[in-house]
Amino acid sequence: MRVRKLLLSLVASVVVLSPISATQAAEAEQFFPMLVYRTGPYAAGGSGFFGGIEDYYTLLNMRDGGVGGVKLTWEECETAYNSDRGVECYERLKNKGPTGATVVQPLSTGITYRLIERATADKIPVMSMGYGRTDASDGRVFPYIFPIVTNYWSQNTAKIKYIGMKEGGMDKLKGKKIANLYHESSYGKETIPVLDNQAKKYGFEVKHYPVPHPGLDQKATWLQMARQYKPDWVILRGWGVMNPTALKEAKRVGFSAKKIVGVWWSGAEEDVIPAGKAAVGYVAAGFHPSGADFPVIQEILETVHGAGKGNISPQRVGTIYYNRGLISGIITVEAMRVAQKKFGTGKSLTGEQMRWGMESLNITGARIKELGAENLMSPVKVSCFDHEGGGAVKFQEWDGKKWNVITDWIPTDQSIVRPMIEESAAKYAKEKDIKPRREKDSYGSDCTVTS
Amino acid sequence: MLYREAGQFKTSYAADQAIFPILQDRWVFWGFMIVAFVVPPLTGSQYFMGPILTQLLVFGLAALGLNLLTGYAGQISLGTGGFMAVGAYACYNFALRMPELPLFVDFILGGICAAFVGVLFGLPSLRIKGFYLAVATLAAQFFLTWIFDHVGWFTNYDPAGVASAPARTLLGSWATEAGPLSFLAPINILVTGPNASPETKYLVTLAMVVVLALLAKNLVRSSTGRAWMAIRDMDIAAEIIGIRPLRTKLLAFAVSSFYCGVAGALYVFTYLGNADTEAFDLVRSFQILFMVIIGGLGSILGSFLGAAFIVLLPVVLNITASTLGEGTLPSDTLSNLELIIFGGAIIFFLIVEPRGFARLWQIGKEKLRLWPFPH
Repeated sequence: MRVRKLLLSLVASVVVLSPISATQAAEAEQFFPMLVYRTGPYAAGGSGFFGGIEDYYTLLNMRDGGVGGVKLTWEECETAYNSDRGVECYERLKNKGPTGATVVQPLSTGITYRLIERATADKIPVMSMGYGRTDASDGRVFPYIFPIVTNYWSQNTAKIKYIGMKEGGMDKLKGKKIANLYHESSYGKETIPVLDNQAKKYGFEVKHYPVPHPGLDQKATWLQMARQYKPDWVILRGWGVMNPTALKEAKRVGFSAKKIVGVWWSGAEEDVIPAGKAAVGYVAAGFHPSGADFPVIQEILETVHGAGKGNISPQRVGTIYYNRGLISGIITVEAMRVAQKKFGTGKSLTGEQMRWGMESLNITGARIKELGAENLMSPVKVSCFDHEGGGAVKFQEWDGKKWNVITDWIPTDQSIVRPMIEESAAKYAKEKDIKPRREKDSYGSDCTVTS
Repeated sequence: MLYREAGQFKTSYAADQAIFPILQDRWVFWGFMIVAFVVPPLTGSQYFMGPILTQLLVFGLAALGLNLLTGYAGQISLGTGGFMAVGAYACYNFALRMPELPLFVDFILGGICAAFVGVLFGLPSLRIKGFYLAVATLAAQFFLTWIFDHVGWFTNYDPAGVASAPARTLLGSWATEAGPLSFLAPINILVTGPNASPETKYLVTLAMVVVLALLAKNLVRSSTGRAWMAIRDMDIAAEIIGIRPLRTKLLAFAVSSFYCGVAGALYVFTYLGNADTEAFDLVRSFQILFMVIIGGLGSILGSFLGAAFIVLLPVVLNITASTLGEGTLPSDTLSNLELIIFGGAIIFFLIVEPRGFARLWQIGKEKLRLWPFPH
């Protein structure tokens, strides 16, 4: 009798419990939408970047079975770098997976702008690593937007510092002429105010030259700029096919490539190889080096590409865009680990929980070494006050074969950038009727600390 | 068998001149309207109502605007994107600077601003025709987007030149609880901004489009529409029978730009949420011209059919490709395959029926009347 009762209760408990454990097992996945672009004039950037993210996620799934027992899943949607198509893709993917989309990485400033309000309303964090809306660095006004690592304005101050270094001191900038050749889009226009501001501070002259999308026609611009204006330096704020075209045009009008400084969306292998010899000596900013000599990349080559599961051709592993994608994958997963520590492992996080994870992110040098990414990325520490969380730039020179890092980490000038960010964010908050967060929120993100 | 008008007699001029003289057509039309207003909100799918239907309606309206000009009045225009941008930015500034105005008035004011600009750029049409006019309107496209890119006031001095649609209600700020028209507050729903419900956005767009399409249908059946068509078919002959080319052509430009302007405003306010000139570039103008050509020149229905083809086919191909092809083909190949199929479909349809989907629809209706006895 007792045995029968025991057996019965055992059967009953199995019957009752099994669906729960089954659903838990089925639900344990974290979904990431991938707004890729593998076609169009910017495909080189899109395929490299998303190849890097997906390879890293694949590595974690194969090696560790995911993160904290949660499998990483994703689905791609092709945007061709078209902002309107990006909105369609976001809407298509945002409700997939057990908890919906958790982090969106548009890799397009235009799409980031389109998504800021939507994603905030949907409670889905947007990670715009090194691009996007600069004043979103003020997390009190933009709780869901993370222009992590270094934003456009910060990068720009480092670039002027580099030019000052080359000129022999910041005081030597006085009277110099700098031309800003920019991609005519929200991405390109983003740095105009900060450049004007710096021009006033250091006494140099700046002139802005727009290049319409996609940037294949720059003949007239270069003639006007190099022959008429005769700048001492040119800042190349290009993207995609605009970059090699600019370098070739510079060569044609006899402007030295050594006097052109590119932003980090103009500083990949794909941007200089098509320009051939015209690109030798060209310098571009970067927040990470290229190359595959990092333990984490070696592991990806072995485990993922070795098994034929790579998301990009193995020759492109270790290029600038690939490494950038990889870093953004690392940051996303680290934020996920932080959130899992608070909200529990083994289950899918919601966008809100993920947001908390990103806001509490602190990737130290020791942790980077542990991840096998030493020298690949710099430490990141995010807070409610500062959604940027990084802040140093290296410069690299193209020697015709590869990028060589030629400077140490050059810190950005927050004394210029931060007041501009706060002013701009406050204006946005007023226009949109947003009350900036000033205290601890329900999850314990602390907005009272302002440094 | 079912589709036959035998026994339906007209006893008044009004009945004879109805938009849908055949009873079955009226049933289908009203049935379709009920479905359009009721079913999408019931599904509750944000993806279906937003990117699919709202986009389709907005581009259908823009194509309708261009069709009035190109299909009915015979004036080719490549400035559609520019006129849409005028509507969008004008509406943005009205909404931002005068929150008292009801939102639908903002839309109409945006359209009126676009109409004025359209008349201005329509002036060359009095002297030049055909391809030369297309080039002249191309100037409108480049000039207008350039203005919005470089004059900060239009975007309220946003550093990236992005105008973000403010949250506005259907009847404006006077009709809120605290305002002077507080009795209207219960029906004063939030239409734009991130917190407005997708159902409201869709229904407001649909209502605007239905009213404007109905107006357009009646306009082209009136003396104005007949004057446009006379100008289109032979402008000298039209002038001889007493149609004034100046007034007729400029009116066509004004009305067409009004429709495009409202479409641009709706695109930004009920779908995208924010605007930069990238949304209204030259590619957009061509896209809308293709909608008109594929849908059928000189047809109201054709404008919407063309819009459906151009807007939805890439999305459908993309979804099928990603569901069927996951893991079988590399995704870059899939993306390129999508472009190939889309291009191929356009060529195929233009060869099979150069007069567009509207003509196919008409042929289908004629066949249906004879069915099942073809002789």
